[in-house]
Order: sequence, then structure tokens, then C-alpha cells
Amino acid sequence: MDAMLHISTLHYLVLGAALFLLGVIGVLTRRNVVIVLMSIELILNAVNLNLVALSRYWQGMPARMGGGAGALHGQVFAIFVITDAAAEAAVGLGILIAFFRNKETVNIDEVNLLKW
Amino acid sequence: MLSLPQFTATDYLLALPITLLTLFALGILLIDLMLPKEQKWLNPVIAFIGVGFAAKGVYNIQHWLGPSGGVYGLMRTMLVDRFALYFFYLFLAATAIAILMSVRYLETEHENHGEYYALMLLSVVGMMCMAAGADIVLIFIGLELMAISTYVLVGFLRRDRRSNEAALKYLLLGAFSSGIFAYGLSLFYGLTGSTNLGVIQQMLARVVLPSPYKTVAVVALLTTLTGLLFKIAAVPFHQWAPDAYEGAPTTITGFMSVAVKAAGWAMLLRILVFGLLSMRSIWVPVLVFVSIATMTGANLAALTQSNTKRLLAYSSIAHVGYMLLGLIAGTATEPNGDGIKGILIYLLVYTFMNLGAFGVITSLRHRNVIGDELDDLNGLYSRAPVEAVLMLVFMLSLAGIPPLAGFWGKYFIFLSLIETGHYTLAALGVLYSVFGLYYYLKIANAMFMRQPEKGEERLAVSYSMRTALGVTAFATIFIGILPNRFIEIVNWALGIASNPNTAKLIH
Repeated sequence: MDAMLHISTLHYLVLGAALFLLGVIGVLTRRNVVIVLMSIELILNAVNLNLVALSRYWQGMPARMGGGAGALHGQVFAIFVITDAAAEAAVGLGILIAFFRNKETVNIDEVNLLKW
Repeated sequence: MLSLPQFTATDYLLALPITLLTLFALGILLIDLMLPKEQKWLNPVIAFIGVGFAAKGVYNIQHWLGPSGGVYGLMRTMLVDRFALYFFYLFLAATAIAILMSVRYLETEHENHGEYYALMLLSVVGMMCMAAGADIVLIFIGLELMAISTYVLVGFLRRDRRSNEAALKYLLLGAFSSGIFAYGLSLFYGLTGSTNLGVIQQMLARVVLPSPYKTVAVVALLTTLTGLLFKIAAVPFHQWAPDAYEGAPTTITGFMSVAVKAAGWAMLLRILVFGLLSMRSIWVPVLVFVSIATMTGANLAALTQSNTKRLLAYSSIAHVGYMLLGLIAGTATEPNGDGIKGILIYLLVYTFMNLGAFGVITSLRHRNVIGDELDDLNGLYSRAPVEAVLMLVFMLSLAGIPPLAGFWGKYFIFLSLIETGHYTLAALGVLYSVFGLYYYLKIANAMFMRQPEKGEERLAVSYSMRTALGVTAFATIFIGILPNRFIEIVNWALGIASNPNTAKLIH
């Protein structure tokens, strides 16, 4: 029972990879711009999960390997990625609103003025 | 107990150009609010002064560094070496010229807002972080600062549908590629326990690559490389570039095609050469494939374009293909200085000739005429002979015709390929450059051989635009005729003594 409950770093990485793939599939297949933006957020959250889990892992490593209690790079990086995701979402929705005002759609198939 | 790191005078000095640009950008945002409509011309003036101050800051750092190779600062996240300084100057020069081109253009478009210049300066801050980043966190944040500023700039003509659409496409694909890039970086962090490129390099070579974790390292490399190739717009990750270039305000197209691209290259070189050189047996074959695909795809697509901005977008993708050849020659076997040198010279000359070309297209924009179709260039020689001749110079330089600057970029790249024995790639590169001549001359043909259709009046070109065109044309011709000084500058930037073979060929 105890062994079943133990969640290792690998579990987090697999979850992160799954989220990442879901995000990539979402960006490539969904036609609604808002959902595409949400899929991009999913990718960035996969990155955050990876970073925090790996930071935890390195904190458990010996200091001579670069680990120890101070090995917080991953968590700091995650905070930056969260900030970046917020900025990107704000600008993304702003551009989407400007687009919607002129075109009255959020469907990616109708973003077709510029091609070849 | 952890002690908090202290910032010293060195840290502040190294961050001086970045701090100055940020202050000026925020200052423009504030002052713009107070300016009445007829005094908006102050915004570009302030931005220009900001660029000047930043350049002085870079100059001070350069003198303070003296003969030393480079200095780490800000808790070892920033490495200001000659490579970084070279790119700092390049970004500032490109921005200054782009500001000069923008003044009249924004008035014509009725979008004369201070945010434009503020965003431009902020994106330069991002670029500097990318070029001087020794830490993947700083590089990523710099990349995002630059990218987000540029998304807004691309969509700056908010009443224009093409601009909206270009911004949307650029944003979606740019954010998507940043996400993939960040995922790769997170895996590299996990593998090495550090975000510092130097430590990543050592740990990869010593610990990770001999271990079974090598597979994870390959996944990390491929995702990171995808992000990097997206940013420099290499085939098959180039689809955003023609759309974003066509829809963006023409001045921003010029800015993106030189400064943003140079920053992408600085980041690519930092990460691949300074951080992941130990994995080159994996990424060099990928780059060989990508560069051939880029040259083929871009040159073929450029042949059929009827929009000048779109044509130049494909031409800029093709130039990325040639530069990738330089990277292959520079790293495939042992580090070869000439390959990287070729890339830096290429970026320098490309900055001037491409900005000049976009400057001419910008000057065609006046009341009711957008001026970015190939037909709008018809008979330009009879309407504006000076612009037409300058455009011809830029086109011939882009094609790589000898007495002009573009020739030297191609020359060093092909030279390095031959030196390292990549004869097939060199032959392919030369073949595609000849191919490229066709669509550059198509523009020349429209300007000199055809009659103007709409019977237009002569073009009124503003003084700032004249200065910008004059500077770019002078640089294109001057570097072409007397390249020695500039080659020495690039040698200085890379810290290599000039190659005796190349020196002989120049004299």
C-alpha cells in the first residue's frame, strides 16, 4: 500500500509530458483561437510542473552535484514562466479583440487574408 | 542559511544599457500622455536619444572591459563579452534606423502613438538579454520580452485587418514555439541541475551523455532546437514569417527582419555553441537538413510572389538558410572560426541592406496607396530616380553581387564550407544564390523597365527617411568596397586573429 502511494519525480515528469502533448495536439487541431491560447497555457503549465518537480528532485541531491537546499533555480524559473504566461495571455486576448472587432470571428480557418 | 547575493558596481555597469533603454521606454509612455497631438514628433526624438545613451553605455562597457574576454554579472546570469557587445551595437544601429524610417510612416497611418517607440526600445532590452544571456532563465525572459513587444508592434495598425491577422498568427505560433522551447529548457535543467549554460555544457559532457539519460537529453535538444529554429524562421518552422512580414507596418517588418532575426541568431549561437556544443553530433545533421530545406523552400516560394514585402520575407528566410550553412561549417568537425565569422558579417551587412530595402518600400506609402505590391514599383525610376537606384543597390547586395556588402557575407560562409570540406553544401548554396538573383531582378525590372500605371506624382520623402536611406546605402556600398575594417571588428568580436588566407584574398 505504501509503495503504491509513493509518487516519484518520474510520475511528475510523465504527467508533464502528457500535458505537453495534449497542449501540442490542442494547438494543432483546435479551430477556436481562445482554445488554442488555452492549449498554449497547457504547454507552459507542463513546463512549470517539470521545473518544480525537478527542482524538488535536485534539492534532494548532494551538494557536490549542484543540489542541496539552495537548488531553487527551477522554482524561480517557474515563477518567471508563470509571469510570462500571464503577459502572453493578456497580449493574446488584446490582439484577438482587435481582430474580432474587424472580422467578427474567432475561428482560425477564417484568418485567411494572408497566404502564399 | 542562504546569504542573499549582493549587487556590485560591476553588475550595475553591465546592466547600464538595458536600464537606460527601459527608463527611456517608460519615459516615452509617460511623456506621450502629456503631449498634444501636434507635438508627437517628440516621441521618436526621445527614443533616438535613448538609443544614443544606450550606445554610449555599451561603449563605456567596451572600454572598461579592455582586452579581457568578458565579464559575468548579475549572479552569473549575464555574460557581457565582445560577442554580446557586437550584437548590442547591431541592435542599436538597426533600431536607430528603424526609428528614422517610422516618423513619417506613422503619421500617414494615423497611428502616431508613443507606445510604438516604447515597445521598440523594450524589445531591444529583450534582445540584449538574449545576446548576453549565460543563463537559460535570462535568455528565456529576454526572448519573451522581445517577442511580446513585437506581437503588439506587428498588430499596431489596429484598424487594418491585415495587421490584425498578422499579429494573431505571429502571436499564436510564437507563443506555441516559446512553449516548446521552454519545455526543452526545463528538461535540460532537470538533467544538469543548473540553469547556467556553462554548467549545462560541463554536466552534459561529463555526466549526462555517457549515462542512459542521453535519450532525455535528445528529446530536450530537439524541443529546444524547434524553438530556436522557429525564432529565426527556418523551414519547416517558417510559416509565420511571410504572414507576419506582409501584415505588419512596413517599418516593423524591416525592424523584425534584421534586429529580431539577429537576436534570434545571437540566442541560437549562445545556446548551441556556448551551451550544447557537446551534443553537436546530433544537432549538426538536423541543421544540414534544415538549411537545405530552408534554401530550397524559400527560394522556390519567393519566385511566385507578387507582394514585395512577402517576397522579401521569403528572401530573408533564404538568407537564414545560408547562415545555417555557416553554423554547420563552424561546428561540424572542430570549431572553425570562419563559419561563425561568416554569420556575424552576414548579420551586419544584412541589417543595412534589408532595412534599406524596407525603407524604400516604406517611402512608397502615401495617401491611399499602400505601396507594397510589386506593381506599385512599376516605373519607380521615372517617379523617384534616387529611391529606384538605391533599391537596385540593395537588391543587388541581397543577391550577393561583388562590389556590394552582401557579397562578403556569402563569401565568408562559402569559404568556411570549402575550408571544412563541405563541397556539396557549398555548391548548393552558390546554386541557390544564383537562383535568388531572379526574384531580386524581378523587382529591378519592375522599377526600370515598366511604365508607371497610375500616373502618380513624385514621391515626397521626409528628411528622416532620407537620412535612413542614406546611411543604409552608404553602409551597403562602403562595407562592400572596404570590408577590411568590418572583418577586423568581427574578428575582435569573436576574439580570433585574422586568418592569413582570407587576408590574402582581400588585398
